[in-house]
Amino acid sequence: MKPRQRAWVFLVAMGGLAAFYLWGLTGLPGFGNYPGPYGDIINRIAVGQTNATGVVSAVNFEYRGFDTVGEEFILFVAAAGVATVLRHLRGEREHAARDEAVGRDVPPTSEAVRMTALILTGPTVVMGWYLASHAQTSPSGGFQGGVVLATAFVLVYLSGRYLAFERISPVDITDAVEAVGAGSFAAIGLSAVGLGLAYLTNFLPLGTVPGAVSSSGTIALISFFVGVEVGAAFILIVSELLEQTLLIRQGSQ
Amino acid sequence: MSPAHSLAVVTPYTVTPGLMDTLQVTILVLVAAGATAVVLIRVPARQVIALSAYGLLLAVLFMVFQAPDVTLSELTVGAVALPVLLLLTLAKVKGREK
Repeated sequence: MKPRQRAWVFLVAMGGLAAFYLWGLTGLPGFGNYPGPYGDIINRIAVGQTNATGVVSAVNFEYRGFDTVGEEFILFVAAAGVATVLRHLRGEREHAARDEAVGRDVPPTSEAVRMTALILTGPTVVMGWYLASHAQTSPSGGFQGGVVLATAFVLVYLSGRYLAFERISPVDITDAVEAVGAGSFAAIGLSAVGLGLAYLTNFLPLGTVPGAVSSSGTIALISFFVGVEVGAAFILIVSELLEQTLLIRQGSQ
Repeated sequence: MSPAHSLAVVTPYTVTPGLMDTLQVTILVLVAAGATAVVLIRVPARQVIALSAYGLLLAVLFMVFQAPDVTLSELTVGAVALPVLLLLTLAKVKGREK
């Protein structure tokens, strides 16, 4: 195809897309005008039904809990896929950890980076723990908390201690922790079935004070296990990539 | 004014609707500029840093539009986790090119 013809095909396609897009935009509700009943109903009943003031978490782990199980296992499978693809392929051999950047000597980690990483590690752990354990009270949740917890481990690596990173997150244990996190979510749902209720029914006592840390029954519990799963999954993915980058070189001879 | 505004509780920290509009327009423009910058930067390593900054802008956007849960997700994933994974991948690919 000549460039001129190609340009025509592109213009026609783009014109069609733009027309449909604009047509679609005209059918949208006005800015800030939510038309559906679902959100309004949830806003009215969620706190009373679940004792969770973090209504988004109530939706994620209770009303749409089944969707969240699916999302959970998407991440689980993704982490497993990364691990499978990146784990020692045949023909690869391990070297001692070293910087593989092209065209420069191995630079020592600067004191500024080390200090910042060390100072941030503790607060990051606290922040991640707080987020993962307060889904029922305020905007937070296991997913965000888990990623923040994983970030703390990456900070340990950034502080120039790859070996320490490896020691505090051995792959076998990370694997197991991830499986426990994901499995527990599914198991909480099955426990409800065992009690003769629908899958993922909130069967634990909801507590008396809405928004208390101890309130909301399975919502808080599920959020905690999601935090465990997500944290372990991210640590696993990062450590597999780090290992690839630092340790394994393709056997060329 | 949508019906939602009638539910608003006025506190000493309440932002007037006019200021809120200004904030929303400002952050929308910044996000559009950030997205364009990420696409236009051609050096992968710099692009990742720009992507991280863009993640931060998106997080502010979600905050301004009153979605704090999504803000937290975007902060952790868009501004931190995704750039870290991309940087590691870049380092690996460069090591192999040698």
